[in-house]
Amino acid sequence: MGIDIGQILLELWNSSGFAYIFANLSEVGWQNIVMIAISCVLLYFGIVKQFEPLLLVGIAFGCLLSNLPLGGLYHPELWEAFMDETSSAYHSYGAILREGGLLDFFYIGVKTSIYPCIIFMGVGAMSDFGPLLSNPKSLLLGAAAQLGVFAAFFGAVCLGFTGPEAASIGIIGGADGPTAIFLTSRLAPHLLGAIAVAAYSYMALIPMIQPPFMNLLTTPEQRKIKMVQTRAVSKAERIVFPIVVTIFCALLLPDTTPLIGSLMLGNLFRECGVTERLSDTAQNALMNIVTIMLSTSVGATMVGSTFLTGSTLKIVLLGVCAFILSTVGGLLGGQVMCLLTGGKVNPLIGSAGVSAVPMAARVSNKEGQKANPSNFLLMHALGPNVAGVIGSAIAAGFLLSVFG
Amino acid sequence: MLLSNTISTELSLLDAGIIALLGYAVVFFGLILLMLVVMIMSKAFTTRKSENPGKTEQPPAPSAPVSVPASAPAPVPAPAAGQPAPGSAGQLKLHDVPPKTAAMLMAIVAHKTGKPLNELRFISIKEVK
Repeated sequence: MGIDIGQILLELWNSSGFAYIFANLSEVGWQNIVMIAISCVLLYFGIVKQFEPLLLVGIAFGCLLSNLPLGGLYHPELWEAFMDETSSAYHSYGAILREGGLLDFFYIGVKTSIYPCIIFMGVGAMSDFGPLLSNPKSLLLGAAAQLGVFAAFFGAVCLGFTGPEAASIGIIGGADGPTAIFLTSRLAPHLLGAIAVAAYSYMALIPMIQPPFMNLLTTPEQRKIKMVQTRAVSKAERIVFPIVVTIFCALLLPDTTPLIGSLMLGNLFRECGVTERLSDTAQNALMNIVTIMLSTSVGATMVGSTFLTGSTLKIVLLGVCAFILSTVGGLLGGQVMCLLTGGKVNPLIGSAGVSAVPMAARVSNKEGQKANPSNFLLMHALGPNVAGVIGSAIAAGFLLSVFG
Repeated sequence: MLLSNTISTELSLLDAGIIALLGYAVVFFGLILLMLVVMIMSKAFTTRKSENPGKTEQPPAPSAPVSVPASAPAPVPAPAAGQPAPGSAGQLKLHDVPPKTAAMLMAIVAHKTGKPLNELRFISIKEVK
């Protein structure tokens, strides 16, 4: 009996992704094609334009992998069953491990909130809270800059989103990727891809989004204000700070404990002086490994059926509004501080309260230098900047308390 | 899960507005309390230090959070513990030197001499051609 080469080639064709796309072009095939195109555009932004490349490249490639049909790397239907109370696979990680693909396994870390917390630990290990400790009033700017979170939340409800969805969209205004992923994976996992992409894209666009509003809401004289050097912070203060903040925040809003606890643990590794190896691991190797798994699995959630909807467009729109309003809130806070201190505070540092460490602080420094080349606001802007991280975590904790 | 049992997922605009205002207030409240805690903590450490002037602490190594960009000035060494930095003294004249380069040079000098930047006075920086 001879080999039927024609039959083999036909079966090979029928089992290919090309055949699947063409056979289902009117149903899901076109969605696959559009999503593949979108992932290529995101790869372009990540690689060529260097918009948050460490995350955007992974997100875009995860999106590409999950939209290539029949690859079996990610199974949205498994996660739908995971969330379906009537399904036998409801909240069953065993079912995911048994039937899932590589990106499903990675996604377990998102679902269990492990990745955002580990990333926060790395952020804590990289962050210097000295500027905040030397000027605790900068915490107020971190609070003022959360305006966009709650304004976008309200806007999302106006546009017809449910409470948990609106809360997840609003947190984009916190300009804090891990917090956005943490909250969305708990409240509105079906929006995770769109929200993560919006959050990271806008974070990358901060140097373009913020300056027009910084110039609009400050006068040239205010932008020229030079701030005096802040006091030196002792080592003991730096060590006690993360412990105190953890106890305080965990008691005030227990839902913030995973994020604040991880952030402060990372910072304690950095400051205590006896765990240098752990600090190094948290801010380098561990963070890099988790970034790979987080970005690819978040990207994988961008499947056509859930991403190519009117909701995504609304999220993109609300996300940019949230960023702008957070910037405005921070700048208004800066104006108030400038007024109350008799012009000793440069209001430009207020916009750094939107978290996004250290990009927002760099933008404040750059705009200050445009007005006065000998003005160095970087260290002053870092206070509100790290305060914004704590502020957005508290905002997320509040929203989780209400809708979780 | 503070209010999840009482708040339905379909919110009215009034409810959404109240939650938004309440949330913003909670963030302010939390960070104001934290500010007070940090202030009290700083006060306690400053008082303790002034009571034990003999026990001088090594000033912490200057560090910038995450990565400081190439365009940013080099980290400025912190002044000795307990001594408030007075800020810049006088005017620095720059001759054909961009401010960024000047800031970098001053930071290097401070680092190499082991003296805090606020204890050094730079009168002018000129590029030797």
